[in-house]
Amino acid sequence: MTDAVSGAAGTGAGPERVARVVLVDDHRMFRTGVRAEIGRTELTGIDVVGEADDVESAVQVVAETRPDVVLLDVHLPGGGGVEVLRRSAPLMSDPNGVRFLALSVSDAAEDVIGVIRGGARGYVTKTITGTDLVNAIFRISDGDAVFSPRLAGFVLDAFAATDTPPVDEDLDRLTQREREVLRLIARGYAYKEIAKQLFISVKTVESHVSAVLRKLQLSNRHELTRWATARRLV
Amino acid sequence: MASPPYRRLYRSPHGRMLGGVAHGLALHLGLPVTWVRVAFVLLFFAQGIGVLLYAAFWFVVPIGIGEPAPGAGPRWAYVNGGFVPADAVVGGAELRKGRPRRIGRLRELLQRTFHGETAVAGEAVTDSRPAKGGLGQLLALLLLVVGIMALLSALHIQTAKPYMWPLLTVGVGVALVWRQADDSRWQRWFGLEEGTKRRAAYTRVGAGVLLVVAGTVGFLILQGGDSTVSSVIEAALAVLAGVLVLVGPYALRMWQDLGTERTARIRAQERAEIAAHVHDSVLHTLTLIQRNADDAKEVLRLARAQERELRLWLYRPEAAAEAAPDTLAERIRSVVAEVEDLHGVAVELVCVGDCPMDDRIAAQIQAAREATVNAAKYGGGGPVQVYAEVEGRTVSVFVRDHGPGFDPDSVPEDRMGVRESIIGRMKRNGGTARVRPAPDGGTEVELEMERAHD
Repeated sequence: MTDAVSGAAGTGAGPERVARVVLVDDHRMFRTGVRAEIGRTELTGIDVVGEADDVESAVQVVAETRPDVVLLDVHLPGGGGVEVLRRSAPLMSDPNGVRFLALSVSDAAEDVIGVIRGGARGYVTKTITGTDLVNAIFRISDGDAVFSPRLAGFVLDAFAATDTPPVDEDLDRLTQREREVLRLIARGYAYKEIAKQLFISVKTVESHVSAVLRKLQLSNRHELTRWATARRLV
Repeated sequence: MASPPYRRLYRSPHGRMLGGVAHGLALHLGLPVTWVRVAFVLLFFAQGIGVLLYAAFWFVVPIGIGEPAPGAGPRWAYVNGGFVPADAVVGGAELRKGRPRRIGRLRELLQRTFHGETAVAGEAVTDSRPAKGGLGQLLALLLLVVGIMALLSALHIQTAKPYMWPLLTVGVGVALVWRQADDSRWQRWFGLEEGTKRRAAYTRVGAGVLLVVAGTVGFLILQGGDSTVSSVIEAALAVLAGVLVLVGPYALRMWQDLGTERTARIRAQERAEIAAHVHDSVLHTLTLIQRNADDAKEVLRLARAQERELRLWLYRPEAAAEAAPDTLAERIRSVVAEVEDLHGVAVELVCVGDCPMDDRIAAQIQAAREATVNAAKYGGGGPVQVYAEVEGRTVSVFVRDHGPGFDPDSVPEDRMGVRESIIGRMKRNGGTARVRPAPDGGTEVELEMERAHD
């Protein structure tokens, strides 16, 4: 069960480094399961410092504990993950601020694109394994982005839909390399495998993925809006 | 370029000055091309026989394809029982290198008028190698003109003067038509066919035919005056009809044989498709039944489902086929769902872009289904990743598993799964399939297909 997120960052998951994590999910069973899977700090290096089960409590817990990473469910009572992101926006602005990783059972386009536009740094589905989730959390806390194959597919789709861009929107385009990286993610390659395939370092893969995420957020006004409108997602 | 099993005489399309006769002969005989050219020139002084010979070779000998294309590597000539670089054989290379610009232009003009499109096409092909033509080609053209003049003067001496012009007209007409046939063949081999060139080709063939007819009629008029023309034409038509009666049945038979052969080929292909389908569906179900032999209920379910499916496939009415989803994404989604249900392994599908279905993509999806089934069966139980992408006219599908992986070359000959259902099927429909190990274990199957033109 890989979600293309098992990467070299996993080596950072030693006890010498601890990532503080908040779980946001409306199913208590799920929270308990995730905590049991990743919360053994001495093994995984992850310290679960708080839990929340709706938008209101999530915003409050995140503001109080200031964790490194928030594992955020997309469907929440009180407005959903997007609302949490909107209201926590001030916490995200500073470079060492709180980062959000969306963790959802849904992989529908509107959910994925919605939370990414809201500012989440990655998106994984709940089929992910514990090890992969730990890796993903550390990568997010290091400032990288985590893409699942489906998310990569959505991004490719969104950018492919607009093939003839005006020249001044160059900033919002994906470079050939970024497209390649995304395509390999969509094909089910882990970051490590992508690095091997393209003869680049894992760090470079991660920086490509981060660049894609940045462009994704920059592209709000242009491609993604158009793309989402065409699919009646907005 | 290994020595061919037997050498046939071809005219060489590369490095030729006129028709490639001298070059082809040189390659065939293993002589330096200069010698052959000098021989032709010398023979021309013997009452223009050289020109006649050259023309005869030009008309009779087909243009060759055995030679490597220029720019594809060093060219080799067959000399004294061995191959040596052609440039060492072809004389006068240094002369061409420094060809003055004006002569080049003049040559181009001459080539345009004399060769028609070939000169231009030839330039496109041999762009990387400017040694072709130049002063040498100009000289060759001049020589040809002089040769024709000499020939005409010889004819002038021996026969009555008035026949010269009709003969000349017919000759030019025939040359035009043959030249065109030559070009079209040449262009087909090198993929230079363009819509705009076709009209010029028709014009040239038309002009050639017109010239031949005019020449013949002129000849007839000179032969017997106006009065006999009609009777001669009638006689000619009668002869033509006679020939048609004689040759017609043979031509018809040949045409029919061609058709029969084509249907046979189509039938063989259809048979291969059916075999592939039976392999995908029936054989897989039988495997599943063997595995679940103890579970009578499951066996029944599988058998019934398979029977239904096979019946539907064999006897489905055309309308049923149209009721099926008609875009790539829909179709591949349903196929993936089906495999997931049947094998109980999660399949993650990512689909980028979409396009309407056509026959080739249907074949590709069948191949993808087979690859997914393989991944589900032998992929170690982990999720199978399927990625489909439409980019322009190209549709690519990647199927990836995280199983132990396997070496496609080590699969025994009698196992048809990968070889026929995936690779063979893609090939038959004009696509490509690659099976390779994924970087960190597992196998990835890559299927690529160009969409049919809509």
